[in-house]
Amino acid sequence: MTAMSVLVPLSIIMGVGGLLAFLWSLRTRQYEDLDGAAARILLDSDDDDAVDRDRRQHMSRDGG
Amino acid sequence: MSCCSAEIGLDISLSRTGCSADEVAIASSDLGNGLRQSVLSIPAMHCAACIGAVEAALVEVPGVERARANLSLRRVTIDWRRDRHTAPDLLGALAAIGYQADLPTAEIDGEDKVLVGLVRALAVAGFCSMNIMLLSVSVWSGADAATRQTFHAISALLALPAVFYAGAGFYRSAWQALSHRRTNMDVPISVGILLSFALSLYDTITGAPHAYFEAATSLIFVLLIGRGLDHAMRRKARSAVAALTRLIPRGASVLRADGRLDYVELAEIEAGMRLAIATGERVPTDGVVEEGRAELDAALITGESLWRSVRAGESVHAGELNLGNPFVLRATAAPADSTVAEMTRMIEAAENGRLRFRRLADRAASLYAPVVHSLAALAFVAWLLATGNLHTALTVSVAVLIITCPCALGLAVPMVQVVLARRLFERGVMATDGSAFERLREIDTVVFDKTGTLTTGTPRLANLAGIAPEALGLAAALARNSSHPVAGSIAAAAVSTDASPAFADIREEAGMGLEGRLGDDVYRLGRPEWALPAQDASATTVLAKNGEALAHFHFGEDIRRGARDLVRTLKDRGLDVVLLSGDGPEAVETVAGALGIADRRARLLPAEKVHAVKNLQASGRRVLMIGDGINDAPALRAADASMAPTSASDVGRSAADFVFLGNDLRVVTDLFDSVERAAGLIRQNFALAAFYNLASLPIALSGHVTPLIAALAMSSSSLIVVANALRLARTPGSSAATAPLAAEASA
Repeated sequence: MTAMSVLVPLSIIMGVGGLLAFLWSLRTRQYEDLDGAAARILLDSDDDDAVDRDRRQHMSRDGG
Repeated sequence: MSCCSAEIGLDISLSRTGCSADEVAIASSDLGNGLRQSVLSIPAMHCAACIGAVEAALVEVPGVERARANLSLRRVTIDWRRDRHTAPDLLGALAAIGYQADLPTAEIDGEDKVLVGLVRALAVAGFCSMNIMLLSVSVWSGADAATRQTFHAISALLALPAVFYAGAGFYRSAWQALSHRRTNMDVPISVGILLSFALSLYDTITGAPHAYFEAATSLIFVLLIGRGLDHAMRRKARSAVAALTRLIPRGASVLRADGRLDYVELAEIEAGMRLAIATGERVPTDGVVEEGRAELDAALITGESLWRSVRAGESVHAGELNLGNPFVLRATAAPADSTVAEMTRMIEAAENGRLRFRRLADRAASLYAPVVHSLAALAFVAWLLATGNLHTALTVSVAVLIITCPCALGLAVPMVQVVLARRLFERGVMATDGSAFERLREIDTVVFDKTGTLTTGTPRLANLAGIAPEALGLAAALARNSSHPVAGSIAAAAVSTDASPAFADIREEAGMGLEGRLGDDVYRLGRPEWALPAQDASATTVLAKNGEALAHFHFGEDIRRGARDLVRTLKDRGLDVVLLSGDGPEAVETVAGALGIADRRARLLPAEKVHAVKNLQASGRRVLMIGDGINDAPALRAADASMAPTSASDVGRSAADFVFLGNDLRVVTDLFDSVERAAGLIRQNFALAAFYNLASLPIALSGHVTPLIAALAMSSSSLIVVANALRLARTPGSSAATAPLAAEASA
């Protein structure tokens, strides 16, 4: 019973973590260009992160 | 880059829609701080190298701050600043590396908010119901009373977001229906969810042995899956009317009285203004040619297959494409009163062909809801009278609502449609509206357009046999230097003849033809009145050496691959075939005769096409319209179902239910077959779902349903329906239509 009182809340917290991660990925439009994401791994550019960062800034300016 | 360049010429309508840097600037949106954002559509972009090339080329352009390509949408988003009052030449930079770019039709921009909302609700419902299910399993397998109570309490907590957030869409829709004194599938769903949640909450507080939290939440989860699939199958929120405005440029160059040339927005153009129309531009509004001579392509507007030559004083319609010389146009109407605007109103007026159709699922719901409600009410009253116990009576009626809940019914239709759409997509047919599958089954008459539908819309050299190979070789060598469609077909005809003389000083006289020098001889390929000064005008093209005719070229229309087979197959199936064309009678006779279509009409105006379709419908026919042009768009709307090739105008494509890729019309036969199979599967699914409900109903009415039985009945019926729908993906179809398509795709 004590084991359960630890494990059940723990599992639910982990589940909530997964849910929040999914909702975050949805909000940051990570499913917007799935074909592009698959292709971009082949590109040899270092500025990809920079592009993403400024994209996120731009989105937060839009309010979402 | 190398992998993509070959496909640029594939979509003729795209390559013909020129738009200028000024137009891009007007269409861009303001991000503040002088930063502007443009979205360009690049159809030929489809690999990692393309993304890299496009982004690198755009970032190089002075003034561009950022470029991000989206491969799924074939779009690129560019943030730029004005560099000394001029907009950066984005299109030029892309053209320089071989990509044809264009402004996208505005209304497909922006994410699908509804779908995102559904996915978010689905995620929450999935999380809650899965966790509750885990807890419930341990309750069902015999947890002691204390553990059971704890688990029920945790379940109640977990059910809150699912019931109040994820399920909110159902309550809204149910409330809307009820407030309009109607009932829909969402009414029994909402009542079931809310009642079972309330009852379970009460039971949890009072310490009763059964709680229905997992039934309530997994109901929401499964129903949301069905709703999400259904939404994905619904028509995208783009209308043909909006796409029509794309045909008119967003601005035009106005010649001021003092000779200045100003690029102004469309709204500022008035009747009486003088406009300069460049080669490759669409005419922005109705008017009269004032200076110069134009060659206009009106195929998308009227369905006419031949370009017409327009001299000073003759009138020109909005949306026509200038293939020849630049000319000066005096506007006779503001763009809002032009031919294209007129067409817009006609499409809006015709937009009712599919509205009278009621979807199968809706028809089922109207039967289903009253039956379920009266059964649940009956069970409640009967148990109340028999036992006198309010709680027992309520439990039984909630169990009836849960067990009869249309989970499987909600999945039955959209699941099959999604699998069908996927299967058809692999064959090159894109469905824009799920209900089109149902509408297609009732079709008994197929109406074709000619130009661009039964024919490919590109000219074909008709008298190839009568032309000497040397002359053809010479003509082709000249023709390769021009992008004019007639030149293209001459060049294409000569692929096998390998004589390739090297002309010097090749120049193109827009609207007239090509000239080149070979040694001391001057060759001209083009209009007879230009190439042969002595002769008067005729419709053919000639090749002349020093003003002396070497060969005459006549052009005909290329009948689309599979058109003959399709017409024959449709007739064999007992469908009537009709040809309605805006083109002249001779061209229509030739094509109709070749294909064996008896019922044909020529020179129809768009309104007359709609009229013809409506007449057929009035006599009890269900009409499938297959067409591509803007002149077909109102008729595509009015028909019970409609199809367009991808080479169609944007308007035609958005007016149609189905869009097919490639040049082979046989995919239409394949579509009919697939839809027939899918209809069979939908019937089976309905039967399966109904069988489950009927079988479990006596258990519910007799008060023997436990949460375990409810969960089993619900999930097993849903799984069986899904598995049945997936059978559609596995069955091989007729491969005849797919083979050439596959070959085309890999080429």
